[in-house]
Amino acid sequence: MSGPLLDYVLRLADTALILGQQNARWCGHAPVLEEDMAVSNIALDQIGQARLLLTLAGEVEGRGRDEDALAFHRDGPAFRNLLIVEQPNGDFAETIARNLLVDAYLLELYGALARSADARLAGIAAKAAKECAYHVRHSSGWAIRLGDGTAESRDRTQRALDGLWMWTGEMFTADAVDRAMVEAGIGPDPASLKPAWDKRVGAVLSEATLARPPDGWMQKGGKQGEHSEHLGYILTELQFLPRAYPGAAW
Amino acid sequence: MSLEDWPLFEVFIRKRNGLSHIHVGSVHAADAAMALDNARDLYTRRMEGVSLWVVPSGAITVSDPADKAALFEPAEDKVYRHPTAYAVPDEVKNL
Repeated sequence: MSGPLLDYVLRLADTALILGQQNARWCGHAPVLEEDMAVSNIALDQIGQARLLLTLAGEVEGRGRDEDALAFHRDGPAFRNLLIVEQPNGDFAETIARNLLVDAYLLELYGALARSADARLAGIAAKAAKECAYHVRHSSGWAIRLGDGTAESRDRTQRALDGLWMWTGEMFTADAVDRAMVEAGIGPDPASLKPAWDKRVGAVLSEATLARPPDGWMQKGGKQGEHSEHLGYILTELQFLPRAYPGAAW
Repeated sequence: MSLEDWPLFEVFIRKRNGLSHIHVGSVHAADAAMALDNARDLYTRRMEGVSLWVVPSGAITVSDPADKAALFEPAEDKVYRHPTAYAVPDEVKNL
């Protein structure tokens, strides 16, 4: 079980870590001070989730690697995050669109994982689900304001959605790891999360007067370690300090 | 509405049930719903409370500092208004 379970926990952990790193980049650059704090708070929630999940991954692996070893001393192909979270932040509309699509997915996923047969995972998921409920409230609120805002904010948000849509398929497509988790009662069938996600995202887009892009061809590969060119740059920044100064402490 | 036009809201937090809301500061926001979220993010990061109020700053009428003498000084010599003659039970913490 440690093989597929390790992969599965790393997918959750790396998605949280990279998403948190991306959101943290808004610190000092958000449109207003209040938003600076909001996005930074969200990033800290996500990095907190990543810490718990990476620690669990280290336990499952059983080779003595802790959260830091896994976050800072793995290279790109060893990361298992969804591709959507490593796409560039872009402008504020692109970040909000990305966060809406991912937050709505993570809310359903953690809700299901709170009932996992693995008690450790269930505990982490129950905590994360509460945080995600606020994250989706934040991204939904902004998506509605931007979509139903000015012609320019609507246009930018629509373009962001259109560009991001092809990265959403990976959330709901099962592979052998997902199927092993379903069989063991540890994780939900990814496809089973789709109706609730569709409903939530659809309701936000309709209130935001935005068009739901059609489900066309979808990108995949992040969960298996095949990444876009953006991940390397993110890891360069994320991993620089502990690699350049091993053992550095506050 | 440009960012400069965002109105100011005053933020009040109830620390725990049984206490009243206390003014803690202000936030900018496009409307009341956003003000509530911004207040949550700015003022409740360290478990400061269990309830939030946001009030448009313009809705608050403020006493004029120049009226301080007329408004507040007449109370100075009326110590009999303080309920110091009552014995307060030890269990009452927040009187």
